Amino acid sequence: MGDGLPRPTEDLSELVAMAERLLDGAAGEEIEVVLSRGASTSVEVHDGEVESFTSAGSAAAGVRVLSEGRLGFASCGTLDPEVLRETVAEARDNCRFSEADEHNAIGRPDGVAPVKQVSWFPEVLELGARDKVERAIELERQVIGTDPRVGSARSTSYDDGWGESVVVSTTGIRAESRGTTCSVGTQPLANADGETQIGWGYDVARRPDELDDSRVVRESVERATKLLGAGKPPSARMAILLEPRLAVTLLGVVTGMLSAESVQKGRSPFADRVGETIAAPVLGLVDDPTRSESLGAEEFDGEGLACRANPLISAGVLQGFLYDSTSASRSGVSSTASAVRSTRSIPGPGAQLLVMEPGDRSRDELLAGIGLGLAVESFAGLHSGVNPVSGDFSVGANGLLIRDGQLAEPVQEITIASSIQRLLLDISAVGGDFEWLPSGSGGASMVIDGVAVSGT
Amino acid sequence: MIDQTTLEKVLATASAAGADFAEVFAEDRTATSAMLDDGRVEELSSSRDRGAGIRVVVGETTGFAHTADLSEGSLLAAAATAAAGARAAGPGSRVQALDRVDAPNPSVVSTYPEEIDKATKVALLRRAEDAARAEDSSVTQVSARYADSRRRIQVANTDGVLATDDQVRTLFSVSTVATGDTGMQTGRESMGHTVGFELFDTHDVADLASRAARRAITKLGARPAPSGEMTVVIGPGGGGVMFHEACGHGLEADLVGKGASVFAGRIGEQVASPLVTLVDDGTMPGEWGAGAIDDEGRPRRRNVLIENGILVDYMWDGLRAREKGRPSSGNGRRQSYAHLPMVRMTNTYLLGGESDPADIVADTESGVYVAHLGGGQVNTATGDFVFGMTEAYLIEGGRITEPIREGNLIGNGPAVLTRIDAVGNDFAMGSPGTCGKDGQGVAVGDGVPTLRAHGLTIGGTAA
Repeated sequence: MGDGLPRPTEDLSELVAMAERLLDGAAGEEIEVVLSRGASTSVEVHDGEVESFTSAGSAAAGVRVLSEGRLGFASCGTLDPEVLRETVAEARDNCRFSEADEHNAIGRPDGVAPVKQVSWFPEVLELGARDKVERAIELERQVIGTDPRVGSARSTSYDDGWGESVVVSTTGIRAESRGTTCSVGTQPLANADGETQIGWGYDVARRPDELDDSRVVRESVERATKLLGAGKPPSARMAILLEPRLAVTLLGVVTGMLSAESVQKGRSPFADRVGETIAAPVLGLVDDPTRSESLGAEEFDGEGLACRANPLISAGVLQGFLYDSTSASRSGVSSTASAVRSTRSIPGPGAQLLVMEPGDRSRDELLAGIGLGLAVESFAGLHSGVNPVSGDFSVGANGLLIRDGQLAEPVQEITIASSIQRLLLDISAVGGDFEWLPSGSGGASMVIDGVAVSGT
Repeated sequence: MIDQTTLEKVLATASAAGADFAEVFAEDRTATSAMLDDGRVEELSSSRDRGAGIRVVVGETTGFAHTADLSEGSLLAAAATAAAGARAAGPGSRVQALDRVDAPNPSVVSTYPEEIDKATKVALLRRAEDAARAEDSSVTQVSARYADSRRRIQVANTDGVLATDDQVRTLFSVSTVATGDTGMQTGRESMGHTVGFELFDTHDVADLASRAARRAITKLGARPAPSGEMTVVIGPGGGGVMFHEACGHGLEADLVGKGASVFAGRIGEQVASPLVTLVDDGTMPGEWGAGAIDDEGRPRRRNVLIENGILVDYMWDGLRAREKGRPSSGNGRRQSYAHLPMVRMTNTYLLGGESDPADIVADTESGVYVAHLGGGQVNTATGDFVFGMTEAYLIEGGRITEPIREGNLIGNGPAVLTRIDAVGNDFAMGSPGTCGKDGQGVAVGDGVPTLRAHGLTIGGTAA
């Protein structure tokens, strides 16, 4: 870390004490305080030169006040004691104008013990500025040297940082977490016959020696070059093959529909379907932030409850929804510790760490089983193209066609149309190629049959 | 925010070890928002941010540090960190005496949001909900959001620039769900301007809510969109996002400089139909991307990018302009004091033409009429884009006929520019937007008249 940046404290007791002082003076109301602080550095290089070197400390606070069923929230970007007191007063004032709801709730201890995670590696803080710069420059050099069609990268970067946060409340919550992180990333540009394609690759780790730079080089160059010369295929129904990253991306869209809030507000196509078959029997999916192998592992959710494994789909059958304290109260159940938030935002229920259940066939075996298909490289417009209420699905895509079990020519400017409900039922295989992704999720390849792919 | 003596000290520290350029950017931002959902005014939320970012440029390298503490000691420490990041090592450079930039904000604010009590803001949410539900009994869900912000910024740099701006934004949006035989359909409308609470004197949230409700209701009776290549007519104000995303980004000097744009090296060339004039204008009064200065202290400008189809210029920030020895175009923007500025759009739009919009539709034998595009995605290196169509109709025999739903508009920005064969005289600005680039979001506006383009792909769900 550069000079002048805040350093982490020995433990989090100082931050906890600061938060607890804000709870004093609560009268006939419940208060939840989240405080966080950290520091980060970021090196961006281009053409062998440092383009920017950023060093920054950060701090934030978020306060919820619950009074007679009314909720108010306020946040600030500092831990200055005076501003913190104003923020509590502002959250209290905001309460007066929202409407009472008997189910509004903040977290309450439920006796579940957290699964211990080791995510603090102080060696991240010891890496010198020169080492970070050299690492990024070397990554760029390798990206450009791998394939003659790749002459430059839009940017290549090394980032690292540490962060710590606490959640305390008048209801007895006291949760602490801290972690270090570092990452490398690059966006190579590939040129051929006057056409330019941009690729990308990144890796994230708790400490620098766990970053896999060679994988970033390989994958980013492959992504930049594989679509060169892509055309538009004739429209047809075909199988689509999703690599682990994309399988998880698609299931992430599904999971948004399994938030209890969506269900309660009548915005989920899966409301009232618990216990029913909503997907092919090969699909198993759990939201499990306790998995220590994952970079996304956490001890506590956004309301300070211990994280736990929540099965979502088992053998194609819908197991349940994800709840935070308020949505749990509304349904008369317990929170699943699925409150997702940043310090600066109001929490809501959502998935934290998706893990797919792997199948038993290798990716090559999955490929060999496809007569006509599309190995998807990327989806475009996944957020605008999926109606989260009805499940209607129409997104852009590109990738490589599959003919007789072999990867064939690249295609782009195509659309995939279906519905989320249909896609889940048409999953014909899940691969055995399970991996932990840089995003933290655990995924495996997936084949979906008979999807309408339109080109010309 | 920071007095002039302190600014001068900080700049002197930042450039003490030799710097080609140093800058202090300070910001004080307050915001409030309120949300009504599922019949209830849920949480009200307030936020407060204050801090400064210090930038030091040596050769090609920028050192950057930021702090939430505006005390002199903290600012000087950040200045030293930024200088170290730029690896400044040489004789100190001279700091030009600070000279105040006099740039008026084009938007006039008469009622600052903090002057209005929260109960009045909350009452707007109720009014919107009632109006949306009154449209039809098929409207089953309504959510409405009110948000305001006030952002005061101050910029000082070693070129002698000292500038300030006070940017106020007020936003209201409504989302609806209608339920019928075809399942659940959604509709959304939003409006936002760089003005205060007086926005609601001239714009009724009930009208906005009714439009959002009708959009969902219309889709209940819509049939699934077809698929394939078609002629597309885009309605006034409804498709500016396409030109922002698929053309505007390619005209940003930082992407051009890195070869990540299809428009690199094409100044003076015919890149679009002669009917196309594309403008980026940070001085449009009241529009979402307007302001007095950019986030580098330069006055905002109106910049013509493509004129009658000929590529005239790119958009520039200070850093890229300095490298080329030319003036900035006032497009250096950043999300907050904690972010480095880069080339960003403001209000980007296609100028109106001469055709009667009714004639454009009447001249179209078959195709799709897109009244409104939603969110999307674009590959800036190639210009390939995908946008959701949030309101669209079939054109059959020169007439707008049935509504269609759940379709994407797919194409290539540079190719679309050359395939525009009609531009209407009914220019309108679209909805307020947030443009994301390299992880930073900034407020932008867009606009288009009615226009027609051939050979776009519609990706629908019709069998």
